[in-house]
Amino acid sequence: MATSTADAATKDAFVAFERVQKSYDGETLVVKDLNLAMPKGEFLTMLGPSGSGKTTCLMMLAGFETATHGEIKLDGQPINNIPPHKRGIGMVFQNYALFPHMTVAENLAFPLEVRKIGKSDREAKIKRALDMVQMGNFGGRRPAQLSGGQQQRIALARALVFEPELVLMDEPLGALDKQLRETLQFEITRLAHDLGITVVYVTHDQTEALTMSDRVAVFDDGRIQQLAPPDELYEAPKNSFVAQFIGENNTLDGKVERIEGDRCAVRLDSGEMIDAKPVNVTEAGQRTRVSIRPERVEIDPELGPDAHTLKAEVLEFIYMGDTFRTRLRVAGQDDFIVKTRNRADQVRLNPGQTVTIGWLPQDCRALDA
Amino acid sequence: MTDTRQTEGTVPLGPDQFTGPTPDNALRDADRDAKASMVAADGTPLKASLARSLRRQKLRALMLVAPLLIFVLVTFIAPIADMLFRSVQNEIVVDTLPRTVAALQDWDYESGEVPGPAVFDAMTRDMMVAVERKEHTRLGSRLNYELTGISSLLRQTGRDVEDIGEVQLDAMVGLDPAWEEPATWAGMLTTPDYREAAAEWAIRADEGGRLFDEPPPRMELAEAAQALPLTADAYTDFARTIGTESQDSALEEEPWPLVYMSLVQDLRQFPAAADAFEGDDGARLAALVEALPTIPEVDTRAAFLEIDEEWADPQVWGTIKAFSPPYTPGYFLSAADLTLTPDGVEAMPEDERIYRTLFLRTIFMSLAITFSCILLGYPVAWLLANLPARQANVLMILVLLPFWTSLLVRTSAWKVLLQQQGVINDILVWLGLVGDANRLVMINNVTGTIIAMTHILLPFMILPLYSVMKTIPPSYVRAAKSLGATDFTAFRRVYFPQSVPGIGAGSILVFILAIGYYITPEIVGGTKGVFISNRIAYHISTSLNWGLAAALGSILLVAVLILYWAYDRIIGIDNVKLGG
Repeated sequence: MATSTADAATKDAFVAFERVQKSYDGETLVVKDLNLAMPKGEFLTMLGPSGSGKTTCLMMLAGFETATHGEIKLDGQPINNIPPHKRGIGMVFQNYALFPHMTVAENLAFPLEVRKIGKSDREAKIKRALDMVQMGNFGGRRPAQLSGGQQQRIALARALVFEPELVLMDEPLGALDKQLRETLQFEITRLAHDLGITVVYVTHDQTEALTMSDRVAVFDDGRIQQLAPPDELYEAPKNSFVAQFIGENNTLDGKVERIEGDRCAVRLDSGEMIDAKPVNVTEAGQRTRVSIRPERVEIDPELGPDAHTLKAEVLEFIYMGDTFRTRLRVAGQDDFIVKTRNRADQVRLNPGQTVTIGWLPQDCRALDA
Repeated sequence: MTDTRQTEGTVPLGPDQFTGPTPDNALRDADRDAKASMVAADGTPLKASLARSLRRQKLRALMLVAPLLIFVLVTFIAPIADMLFRSVQNEIVVDTLPRTVAALQDWDYESGEVPGPAVFDAMTRDMMVAVERKEHTRLGSRLNYELTGISSLLRQTGRDVEDIGEVQLDAMVGLDPAWEEPATWAGMLTTPDYREAAAEWAIRADEGGRLFDEPPPRMELAEAAQALPLTADAYTDFARTIGTESQDSALEEEPWPLVYMSLVQDLRQFPAAADAFEGDDGARLAALVEALPTIPEVDTRAAFLEIDEEWADPQVWGTIKAFSPPYTPGYFLSAADLTLTPDGVEAMPEDERIYRTLFLRTIFMSLAITFSCILLGYPVAWLLANLPARQANVLMILVLLPFWTSLLVRTSAWKVLLQQQGVINDILVWLGLVGDANRLVMINNVTGTIIAMTHILLPFMILPLYSVMKTIPPSYVRAAKSLGATDFTAFRRVYFPQSVPGIGAGSILVFILAIGYYITPEIVGGTKGVFISNRIAYHISTSLNWGLAAALGSILLVAVLILYWAYDRIIGIDNVKLGG
């Protein structure tokens, strides 16, 4: 990223990380040169495997960790030296962190009391916040008397009750079961948009990231690998880590033969030649990893002359209800997956069968090896 | 709801299975009630059937704990119970002076008069038996707790009481030397069977020599002896006592003067009693009845007053009467600086009141120790719970180190540090903070005890605190700060309330340990800094007033139990966490 454009982007950003580095032990960097700019009202998700530095970034923003180098700005003001309680950032924790010795209402009153808000005002705000998360009747309960989903709703209400402009969420749905998680995903996004708050959301669940966010920052090895809206992230991953991490992905290893504009020819290790869209390959002779999404591959294709076809042997056919998964041996690799929709006329393949598969060259992306 | 019940056993505890009053739990409870009347396949109630199947398990569990349980019962609980029971036990008076206690029933202390001759007669008889059994000195020390001087009075009386009947004995022997013969008395008062057995025993005893340890046969009174009740009574005491005390048979020993006195008394009362006896015995008794007017009277009251004028003091008799019941509140009253006098319960003289002060001091000092343990232990426990593992381990070793050092060594170390010529004073003087002439007095007083005991009991505060703090996730304080609380507010309103169970556990532990502590106050406490336990130890091992020691111990035990109960009511013992 060129420095001049980064400066321009962070100038009017609401939250900005500028060249932020973080090291715990003085030997290794957990966060390496992080630059990030968020406009007001954005729902940004930090996605990445554990140990990728995403939670550290969140903790630096919240003020529980200090940046080793670089600057973090909130609404244009550097906040590196502002203690957490003066930042006015709402935060939701994975284990809810509801104070067990207080009732739900007392938990919600806590941020208002420390802000010295009057009693009647306080009660009105608490009521509004509880209604917002549909927990209006639970004010007198203790956290231990609530289910996990209810506790997280309360935690959310507590983070919102003092009307912060920025709310941080650290894997808030990690401890919940799948159905509850989906309901709450929807509610959190709805609330965020209704209230117009800016949200930084940390998760390692890519579905959550894709469904909730305006933009997703994919973290790995202390860096943002790609920062893009969900569709772009899925359709146009910038490197093989992102391609592998987001969604399902077939990869074929090979070498670039030649590059012609937005098309390149790749000689696979098994000898076949395929066309692909060059993404981060720059010259012939480079090693590359070609990535194709399973649902973009067709069996016995009728894709026209442009499409590329390969012979494949069926190894396994898995019935999944709405889709079929077929595992194939392609170009000497045993783990090539094709996903087909369960249509009335869809053929069901038998193991051992040989088929032709094909895809459009623009769906096939040549990435770094 | 039915769903929940079916899966209850298999599903691991989910986030919504809480023990509090939730609607789900209410429904579950209702379910359970409905199931209460269920029966097993064979028609027996399900509960009975379940109980039967669990009995084996319970029995096995009981067998596993049985050795320890028995060990504790035999070596710990039973002796303690016995010891505590001594705080009310008072059988010694009625056991030693049974006749006197009975005779004193008719005497009223309020009258302010010395008891009548019947009491002195009874006292003479009791004392003579007691002296032979050497029990009067023990009684003396017991009653001396209640009335000073009574011990020497009883000892003096014990020396002289034997002489009281001498005149009658001499007169009788003068009348008929046969009265001096043990066989005369035995022949008159015991059964032929007994005499035969005793004679055989005597032969065996001679053959066995000094190694002979078979007790003489038990004396049996002849039927005729019932005509002479006092004599029979005295002779029985005589025969039994010499049998057990000196392994002698009544056939070979001259009876006590008490027996002579009793015979004279009996015959004066029932002159016809001589008719109950036949042969020589009857003749001898008849002769004695004839001669009765020549035998001098014995005035026991005068004799007692001659031994010691104290016996004219109603106070002495009042004390004996007041402590005659087999159970007494006397020790407990003493433990509360009261005393049971013949006039009722009275406060001790001002200069003898120590226990109330001592109890209050014990409680006050234990509270002070507990409080300083909280103050010193809380930050350490916090560090232990929040430092990285390596540093925490080092700190933990430092906390535990005192545990591995002998208590005596630690206490003695404090003595070295705290005394006026000790390390701390030397340093202060060297620094010029304290003049050499007015070195601080930090030992042999309350300060010394509090300092040393705080140090010794500190681990008992730190460890429960630590184990509670370890379970408080750091996200609570973070959440509080993110919600706008300053460090102090986050601590006060979020962290501290959650660490209270640890403070509670530590405080109970430290307070209960402190209130019964003995060694440390004994060494560093001097006179001002000792606890009630030191006084208990004094009564156990030095003054030998075990009754009072037991009473003080019981009060201490009850005080601790009350505090424990109060704590349970206010904070709840379930909230006390010693680990995890």
